[in-house]
Amino acid sequence: MTPLLRRLRQDLFATPADGLVTVLLLALIGAGGFAVLHWALGQAQWAVIRANSTLFAVGRYPLDQQWRLWLLTALLAAATGLSWGMLRSHPRPDRGGSLWPRNDWMAVGMVALLSLALPSLLGLALPLQLRWWAIAALLLLLRWLAGRFGPLLPAPLKRCLPLGLPLLYLLGMVLIGGGLALEPVSPSQWGGLMLTLLESSFAILLCFPLGVLLALGRRSDLPLLRWGSVVYIEFFRGAPLITLLFLGQNMLGFLLPGGVAPERVWRAAWVLTLFAAAYLAEAVRSGLAAVPRGQLEAARSLGLSTPQAFTTVVLPQALRVALPSMVGQFISLLQDTTLLSLIGLMELLGTARTVMANPAFLGRNAEVYFTLAVLFWCCCAALGLGSRALERRLNPSTLA
Amino acid sequence: MTSSVSPARTDAAPMIEACAVQKWYPNGFHALRGVDLTVQRGEVVVIMGPSGSGKSTFLRTFNALEDFQQGSICVDGIVLSDDLRQIDAIRQEVGMVFQQFNLFPHLTVLENLTLAPVLVRKRPKAEVEQQARALLRRVGIAEQSDKYPGQLSGGQQQRVAIARSLCMEPRIMLFDEPTSALDPEMVREVLEVMRGLAAEGMTMVVVTHEVNFAREVATRVVLMADGEKVEEAPPEQFFSNPTQERSRRFLDQILISNP
Repeated sequence: MTPLLRRLRQDLFATPADGLVTVLLLALIGAGGFAVLHWALGQAQWAVIRANSTLFAVGRYPLDQQWRLWLLTALLAAATGLSWGMLRSHPRPDRGGSLWPRNDWMAVGMVALLSLALPSLLGLALPLQLRWWAIAALLLLLRWLAGRFGPLLPAPLKRCLPLGLPLLYLLGMVLIGGGLALEPVSPSQWGGLMLTLLESSFAILLCFPLGVLLALGRRSDLPLLRWGSVVYIEFFRGAPLITLLFLGQNMLGFLLPGGVAPERVWRAAWVLTLFAAAYLAEAVRSGLAAVPRGQLEAARSLGLSTPQAFTTVVLPQALRVALPSMVGQFISLLQDTTLLSLIGLMELLGTARTVMANPAFLGRNAEVYFTLAVLFWCCCAALGLGSRALERRLNPSTLA
Repeated sequence: MTSSVSPARTDAAPMIEACAVQKWYPNGFHALRGVDLTVQRGEVVVIMGPSGSGKSTFLRTFNALEDFQQGSICVDGIVLSDDLRQIDAIRQEVGMVFQQFNLFPHLTVLENLTLAPVLVRKRPKAEVEQQARALLRRVGIAEQSDKYPGQLSGGQQQRVAIARSLCMEPRIMLFDEPTSALDPEMVREVLEVMRGLAAEGMTMVVVTHEVNFAREVATRVVLMADGEKVEEAPPEQFFSNPTQERSRRFLDQILISNP
């Protein structure tokens, strides 16, 4: 018997009971997988996705301005490749690490396969297919370049590189919305996956500092600050998001000064942010509680002021502990953006509902929802993978 | 603040002067019942006593980790008050070593040492790193400087903690049971470092149960019990001929385990 067979036998068929469970589960998985495949390849009619792929991606964004989104996608791909390569070529000094670990080859394969297969499956025109190939090639090229030549960059430049990410985010906002000599595109024309990612990334980025401040406020010695934070957190955790969203659409206009009534898209983004901050504050609070008292005492006895002690000693440890539950919050925030369809935004679910309402695609609900589920799954899986990589990198224990 | 400090800062003035310090915990427990202590420059004062006697609490009042309600404490010419700037000023001059080490687990050994000098004293990083490496060499762990505290043994961690305090160039070092959390075979390496410090003339106040250390290194030994100072004497007199009955009972108990 080969070692592989022996191991399979040990793992799956060690006792008759084990064998029975294995066979039953295999049968179940096989039947389920076969049914899905049979449906996806045989019965499903994917024309609905093919015909509406642009709608699902960017909504009703004006056709003559879509080059801006292509440019943004290319920039994001470049930033991804660059960060990926820099991370691999700068492993933690106490551990070392391979420049090309096996997982990275798998990721390269996935990127290549998706960029080759997906556009043609979607039936995109050849020029569009070529653009996707170019974007994937750019990502992989920068991954290689940053891995190979990243360490040669001068240190001050390397320190400045992370600043590029917030700049890129702002640039992305300009590219999408217009301004700086670009023709404005009204938020009512934004939609699809782009709008989903825009709303969730906006809320994730802003709810993080807000949540940390709330968590610190809740532990503060100043009674007004403490009670203010508690009331805020309990208010936003006590009301369902959908009611807050409706409330936001109706009330935010009155509350803000000078009759500034932000576009619906932004009102929703702010409500999402305020809502997520309350949950994030609780995650951060549990992290703060996990840092031993002696850490603050040691920092203070070295002469650090309280703000210095919190920013350099307590918070880095607390956030590390809170990271998994924070990412959990981010993932549910991403999924919560589907509620925006109920207040009339054309994010992924809203787009899907208009597509399904089109008489030409009557009864194609299964295909549409299946696609949506896969898209959301991909986004959440990416968040989860990213957070686990971050945890591994930050974990100061002996485990490599 | 500075004007009130400079006249007192002469070499003749005591490093620590604590007068009739009284402390009640919020639950009403009377932890310190009027304790006096004067520590001259270059002295090594060892505070002993049964657990719950208030010796750690007393030590922690010297750098304002614990507050007190009555009495006064003056450290290196600075009177301890509620003024936060004075407290920060005192903490820069007073190093503290804890029973549980309290190293920062998310920073490397070297970063543990350089954090405060760079952040608080605003010294250039390269210079502090050089000094930190020298200190690590001195406590015998130069080759571990890029590791994280969790990768070191208890004795090594405590030596890093001592080096971390020394990197701030303090005028006085406080030790709060520095060897109590260590395995027996690691106690010696930490005490060696402390002996070296004392030999160089560092002013030290040490709360410990290590009789041999007290006997060989201390200039004075203080016994505390139930929040009061019971006895204060040079070590040879303290260990061989204590004047108080309470001291004799305490010595009988600890000398059984520490012959």
